[in-house]
Amino acid sequence: MTAATAAAQIEDRFGVTAAVAGGELTVGLPLERWQEFARFAKETLGCRYFNWLSAVDWKEQGLEVVARVEDLEAKVAVTLRTRLAPGATRCPTLTGVYRGADWMERECYDMFGIVFEGHPDLRRILLGQDWEGHPLRKDYAVDTPQAPYR
Amino acid sequence: MEVKRPLPQVPSPVWSEFKDLQEWEKYHQERADNDRTSEALASIAEAIHHFPGGWLVTTSTEKIFNWARKSSIWPVTFGLACCAIEMMATFASRFDVERFGMVPWASPRHSDLMIVSGTVTIKMAPMLKRIYDQMPDPKWVVSMGSCANSGGPFRHGYHVVKGVDRVVPVDVYVPGCPPTPDSLMYGLLKLQEQVAHFQKTGTRPTAAEPA
Repeated sequence: MTAATAAAQIEDRFGVTAAVAGGELTVGLPLERWQEFARFAKETLGCRYFNWLSAVDWKEQGLEVVARVEDLEAKVAVTLRTRLAPGATRCPTLTGVYRGADWMERECYDMFGIVFEGHPDLRRILLGQDWEGHPLRKDYAVDTPQAPYR
Repeated sequence: MEVKRPLPQVPSPVWSEFKDLQEWEKYHQERADNDRTSEALASIAEAIHHFPGGWLVTTSTEKIFNWARKSSIWPVTFGLACCAIEMMATFASRFDVERFGMVPWASPRHSDLMIVSGTVTIKMAPMLKRIYDQMPDPKWVVSMGSCANSGGPFRHGYHVVKGVDRVVPVDVYVPGCPPTPDSLMYGLLKLQEQVAHFQKTGTRPTAAEPA
């Protein structure tokens, strides 16, 4: 499986054009096909290594979830992107496909407040359980004094 | 914030679960009602102090005690971040704080000094306070490095305590990022000067009066 054939398969099945740069593909997906594409990437494209998952806050345009899965033998990497509607925080989970998505999604929930639907244990992972707000959001007031130590 | 059920199966560690330690600390922080020995000692010291010429004895006794205190300050082994590397270098043979009578000790129960070496995050602050509370009086704190002094480069981050003096009282601030072992040793010598003037009342020299 090379990047070109992978791009062709993605085009064929999902109707989206993947941007290819070397062995790297970038795919923008609608939210409802997020899980389906992850399963396709793992089982058909052979990207069995879940590298990372994060998010981007585009302010009034809403949040974007980004993940990267790789086929380490064939050296093909697929970057998945999906946009959430403005103000929306719900996204389907990838934990059913990749076990490694568990902590990544917890971190994403911790920092961006994105609720991954279907996640088995969605709670904060880095900050304390009593933390208020999600610090990597653009509207998070960093210097707000909060008891007891800030 | 909405969180999908089921909620945490693994309970997060809460300090209040450690009942025995808390009660132990409370016992050692408050003097028991039937503690006759301490009362007798205090009244004897008071009597000597008010005897004609007796203040000479009490003040020189204080001096001896302070000399003993400053000559064996044991820092608790407690490193937080990159400053801890410099702290370890200070404790090691090249700089050798053992000639000042300092032995890095791995228990807060036996220690007199806490060197806060590094960034104090908001999550870490309660644990730091706890270690400080576990140390017996008299105790001192050296704030080492920009992060512990004021938050340093992380001051405008969301997660860092803006100076460890918001958590525990600090005696000596050592600037630097990180401070060299020489700077830390200078701070420790400054602390020894402070300890030499430490009175039984617990008053310490402020910035206004030279120590």
